[in-house]
Amino acid sequence: MKRSVLAAVAALSLLAAAPANAQTLKWAAPGDAVSFDPNAQLDSFTQNIQSMVYDTLVRRNRQLQIEPSLATSWEIVAPDRWRFKLRQGVKFHDGQPFTADDVVATVMRTIDPGSRNKGNLATVKTAEKVDDQTVDFVLTGPYPLLLNDLTGIFVMSKPWMIQHDSIKPGNTSTGVTTFASTHANGTGPFKLESYEPDARTVMSANEGWWDKPEHNIKRLEFRPIKSDATRVAALLSGEIDMIAAVPLQDIPRVSSTAGVKVVEDPSLRLIFLGFNWKPELQGQPGVKNPLLDVKVRQALWQSLDMDTLQKRIMRGKSRNIATMVAPPVPGYSAEADKPIGYDPAAAKKLLADAGYPNGFKTGLACPNDRYIADEQLCLAIASMWTRVGVQVDLKTESKATYFPRQDRGETDIWMLGWATLPPMDGFSVLSAIFASRKDGFGGANANGMSIPAMDELAKKAAVELDEPKRRAMLAESFKIARDQALFIPLHLQPLAWAMKTNVDMPQFADEYVRPWFAKVN
Amino acid sequence: MLAALASRLAQALLVMLAVTAIAFVMFRYVGDPVAMMSREDASPAEKAELRKTLGLDRPVLVQYGEFVGRVATGDLGVSFRNQRPVADLLGERLPATLELVIVATILSLSIGVPIGVLCALNPEGKAARLVQTVSLIGISMPTFVTGIALILVFAVILRWLPSFGRGDVVLVGGWTTGFLTKSGWASLVLPSITLALYQLTLIMRLVRAEMIDVLSSDYIRFARARGLPARYINFHLALRNALMPVVTVTGLQIGSLIAFAIVTETVFQWPGMGLLFIQAVSFADVPVMAAYLLFVGFLFVVINMAVDLIYTIIDPRLRTRRA
Repeated sequence: MKRSVLAAVAALSLLAAAPANAQTLKWAAPGDAVSFDPNAQLDSFTQNIQSMVYDTLVRRNRQLQIEPSLATSWEIVAPDRWRFKLRQGVKFHDGQPFTADDVVATVMRTIDPGSRNKGNLATVKTAEKVDDQTVDFVLTGPYPLLLNDLTGIFVMSKPWMIQHDSIKPGNTSTGVTTFASTHANGTGPFKLESYEPDARTVMSANEGWWDKPEHNIKRLEFRPIKSDATRVAALLSGEIDMIAAVPLQDIPRVSSTAGVKVVEDPSLRLIFLGFNWKPELQGQPGVKNPLLDVKVRQALWQSLDMDTLQKRIMRGKSRNIATMVAPPVPGYSAEADKPIGYDPAAAKKLLADAGYPNGFKTGLACPNDRYIADEQLCLAIASMWTRVGVQVDLKTESKATYFPRQDRGETDIWMLGWATLPPMDGFSVLSAIFASRKDGFGGANANGMSIPAMDELAKKAAVELDEPKRRAMLAESFKIARDQALFIPLHLQPLAWAMKTNVDMPQFADEYVRPWFAKVN
Repeated sequence: MLAALASRLAQALLVMLAVTAIAFVMFRYVGDPVAMMSREDASPAEKAELRKTLGLDRPVLVQYGEFVGRVATGDLGVSFRNQRPVADLLGERLPATLELVIVATILSLSIGVPIGVLCALNPEGKAARLVQTVSLIGISMPTFVTGIALILVFAVILRWLPSFGRGDVVLVGGWTTGFLTKSGWASLVLPSITLALYQLTLIMRLVRAEMIDVLSSDYIRFARARGLPARYINFHLALRNALMPVVTVTGLQIGSLIAFAIVTETVFQWPGMGLLFIQAVSFADVPVMAAYLLFVGFLFVVINMAVDLIYTIIDPRLRTRRA
């Protein structure tokens, strides 16, 4: 801490000496980097901040497609062995050259038992140096998503880690923290100048970056501002150039302010409702679970007026969806995304056919502080179901208690958001949500859903190296989910940033801020 | 005196033990750190393993015993969220909170006491009535409303003062201070007013009530009859006696300002302990929450002791009685 504050003071005095220039970008977001240690956390915003300092072997381009970064090419030499050629002439921020040793050390640190994100590289057994510019990844078996995984693995410098006694990650249980949690030395587009948690993180452009910069930023100052109102005020008062995440209700006011613009896009995060698959209702022990009947699930889906939800609750900012994955993600097909249509009469008929002409009673559980307008959404959904005769016992609670309850499978109908991150692939939905909870699958399938066809698809897709075949399997799983109404997909959450009109910062559906594409005019 | 101090310390220990014991029981209901720490698509086995490495699979009593054992050796543990020592985290945030609270307290005393005295000296005057009315607003307005209103007026519309943060800080012997830079002072204005407002009105009303009470007592009447100067009577004889409860209240208020500056710190993104605690709660970061509550318990005990000591300075009678 002492050092980082000193560095901050030094950086500030330098800034005071330099002429005021337009190439300083100050931006704010509600969260902060939890740590700078790539293996000490799983927070996606923290990883976003780290990605400005650290490079990865492969990265996402402007279209979010995977492209070479620190690795220039790769080949699958055996089903369980991938060979990566590394980029030459790359230097870390401290001047050390980038070599195969750094990649091996990074992999070993990531898969260390103490590493918090070892699950992001779960199929990697080890990494072997072939020569200075070549590394082999040894896997547990055939695995199609290694590149996707590697977009989130930040390459650290081996000599730097040794010098600072950080070759192993910090470990919460043993109480070990490392130098790397408050300092960073990557090869990325920006260098970390100072890190003051909850106050500011300052970075400067890496003049020696191996890639040709598309940005014109000299200095990047990040200021976390948790309170929505204050964050908007900081932009309107001119103290901040850009804020990520504008609250929905403030969008009209912000966009009508001179000198400020709002950029909006649908994000990858898909909000959906899931069901209880156990024989009895959780909320009413002893009562037969009506949700097991496909007609009941279809009736619940058809009785939701998605357009009204989108217009009234989401203020017209969300994108409604009828499949379980967002358009940019592999596995999506427009065919499976046709709206199912709002039809309360048909819903009533389905309920009658299923043996519930007078409806039934069920629980609906939702978080009230995790997703955009989550509580209001559930209130509206509950009232729509009431109109077709389904009585809803709505329970909303804070995310800190909601998610553990949901994960224990103690809910009847529940809400969840899924962004398929970090792999950004439909397999994430198939393996964690569609497949039953066994053999490492079904991490988010807590309510006992078990569809043999899904389990089969998950097992096959997990090892299918032929991409068209693999995508066909994913598409099939999404078709089953839709035909059986296994879930009710609602919408893609809107993503809104606001910035001064002289700032040009492209927006990405994965909600990452990528300042290496930003221009300040 | 020493015996009194020792018994106070023993009490303090008991208070802190009780606070943390209650806290540990409550932690089970604020959320599950494992759910917050796992990957979105983590498998149940992965979660179970994490729960085990964190020691969260053991009975609460065992976890609590271990916590107390560690604290006794001066180790506050490691944050689940940041993976950094809790003592470091608290140490980083303490200066921000303390500087804010000190300024807010000075502000509320230096404005609250004189106004309270003036109101008491002329309780039927127009100014006094106006102050009484305005103070009602001050005492009933929620902190976040005051904060947002100040930000709107002074940061967004007038653009005189920063809307958030601490400005530039300087490191002086392990303590980050905002007192040495212009932007540091500018950043202090709005949050300290926000934080001081409630305390200011409280002190003002208290001083006024006490002064009116004291001014009607016999010894003041005798002093007036002796023809002593009004200044001497009002400020030396009356105010001094009226200040006793003010000291108690201010002391306790400093404690609650530090402990509950949470709202002000959140509104102004003030990087203090309140902000740290709020984040710990939303992440179910048990080590940070436990340490923070321990610290707050300790703080209240220390402040109570300090208040007792100050009594003896203000009131000479207590000195002889104790000695």
